Amino acid sequence: MNKVYSRVLAGVLLSGLSISTFGGDITGKITLKGTQPKEKKLPLDVLCSKARAATGATGIATTRFYVTDENGGLGEVFVSLKSVPGDYEVPATPAVMDQVGCEYTPYILGVQVGQKIVVKNSDNVLHNVHPTPRVKGNPESNRAQLPKGKDLDFVYNNAEKFLRFKCDVHPWMFAYVNVVDHPYFAVSATDGTYTIKNVPAGDYEIQAIHRKAHAPKYVGLTQKITVGADGATADFVVDITK
Amino acid sequence: MSEIDAYNPRVHWFAVLTAIATLGLIGVGGVVTSQGVGMAVPDWPNTYGYNMFFFPFSQWVGGILWEHSHRLFASGVGLLTLILSIWLFGRRGRLFLRYFFSPLCGIGALVAYTMEEPRMQDALFLGSLFVISLIVSFIWPRCERSRPLLRWMGVIALLGVIAQGVLGGLRVTLFADQIGIFHAALAQLFLIFMCSIALITSKWWNRLRVKGYEALKSRFIGCGLVFLTVMTFGQLVLGASMRHQHAGLAVAEFPLVAYGKVWPATDEASLAKLNQGRIDHRDFNPITKNHVTLHMAHRLMAMTLFILAAVFVSLSIRSLPRGHALGSGLIVWFSAICLQALLGAATVWSNKAADIATLHVVFGAVTLALGTLLSIIAVRLAHPVSSRASVSAEPFVDLASVSKRSTPGMA
Repeated sequence: MNKVYSRVLAGVLLSGLSISTFGGDITGKITLKGTQPKEKKLPLDVLCSKARAATGATGIATTRFYVTDENGGLGEVFVSLKSVPGDYEVPATPAVMDQVGCEYTPYILGVQVGQKIVVKNSDNVLHNVHPTPRVKGNPESNRAQLPKGKDLDFVYNNAEKFLRFKCDVHPWMFAYVNVVDHPYFAVSATDGTYTIKNVPAGDYEIQAIHRKAHAPKYVGLTQKITVGADGATADFVVDITK
Repeated sequence: MSEIDAYNPRVHWFAVLTAIATLGLIGVGGVVTSQGVGMAVPDWPNTYGYNMFFFPFSQWVGGILWEHSHRLFASGVGLLTLILSIWLFGRRGRLFLRYFFSPLCGIGALVAYTMEEPRMQDALFLGSLFVISLIVSFIWPRCERSRPLLRWMGVIALLGVIAQGVLGGLRVTLFADQIGIFHAALAQLFLIFMCSIALITSKWWNRLRVKGYEALKSRFIGCGLVFLTVMTFGQLVLGASMRHQHAGLAVAEFPLVAYGKVWPATDEASLAKLNQGRIDHRDFNPITKNHVTLHMAHRLMAMTLFILAAVFVSLSIRSLPRGHALGSGLIVWFSAICLQALLGAATVWSNKAADIATLHVVFGAVTLALGTLLSIIAVRLAHPVSSRASVSAEPFVDLASVSKRSTPGMA
């Protein structure tokens, strides 16, 4: 009798756990409200113009502060859950950033605290990789990377929003890395859509931050959401008319 | 003849050359900051692992071109300062070269060569310096040494240029923008120091004391000039702080600020709005309230300086006898201040174009140097010739011409 009771109790507990642990994906769309400022042309030098041409890119290279589509979708917005308790395993797979045509790809990146960031140089051009963290404990460094040179590794052990990576040889080259202490984050695509996968069920606060629109404090936009078995949806409107 | 009153035109013109080179160096440093490429060469004192004098020309690209040029230019100014400071010791300089500098380079070369991993480029560079300085020690001018004041100034200048080089290096290796501000301020001090050496070694300086321009009856001009020159230096330090924090466009309108206001709003919403529209390919750090305050302090200080200088120059010229050289100097100085104010406005109007911002830095240095030189002259004129000076006052002698007569080929 005791055995049966124990099994029933275990079954109930497990099923309850599965409800609270396994939620779903959070999806949504970020939209820009207002007229975006005109992007500036990048002053590419001869070597970088050649490197860019080698990638097959056409058109004029410009800054990428406001990446939008024709429907108002806003890309390169960092979306993450706020204050998620618990310790999370650091992913074994590194996050990768590349230098292609004298521009960083991707422009906005998210990584977990302690996760390795690998910076590649696909250009036949000398770059220096210079991360400029502002949070104490995240070390600043400045390393040369030869044309198509060896990959460089970086690790940050403290959460930081929009940690800037720059190349001082080519002062228009920037990328921003968001270091967070959990795995629940995403960067919106060009059409403004994003997906945060496998979020446990529960109540959360979700935050969307655009590097330009929400500078200098990067508080961004927040919403309270409840993630159930079917996940949740959270859309944001970044208003630059105010 | 006292060595104190000796005039050596070669030393004087060499000091002028060093001062001009220093101004050029400030200009190149200004370009480095304006372009935001101060960290384009990650290592120091090497350049991408090379001894900086061996860095291949083919790799002088992008920001490296400016930063590396700045370093080489600085080395050139360091060399000029070294030569000048030795020259101020006259013929004794050869002893320094032969028994100190040359052996030091030789030892350095040996150390570089015998290291576990020999540093051949450094060994070659130091070895060349060893040979060159040894040869130079045999053909060094046999002129008289300069007065003690100048010799000390030479030593201080040499220490200053070394400190400046180290500061520049630390700014790169320690990733400290604050050091960049000190580096910029010390550059201005070094310039005025070199200009002072050029003034004191000039024939005109001796004339000023011996023949004398009409002495100033009051200390108003001297004190006023010193005050305004110190204020100018303060303004340049403010400007350097602003530039090194990339807050030059923290307020992007001039003379009024956004929406016709006199003082910009610094609440969160206004700052957010400002940052949203701040599109620049260099993508400087977002503007904060401190940046705006710093920027406005620079403007206020500029306005105060301009008004005070205008009143001061006007009063001073009235008090000076007609045709007094100091009057012309004051007009030139005030013209430089006007031009500098215009360049400041143009920097904002041009969205901080690198060339205009750099010109603004250079003219700031020129204004400071002019103010310093005029201050020194005015203070000197305000003090009547002392009995001691009267005793030693002799018509100046062109030492070079004397040297030419006594030892042909050695000046």
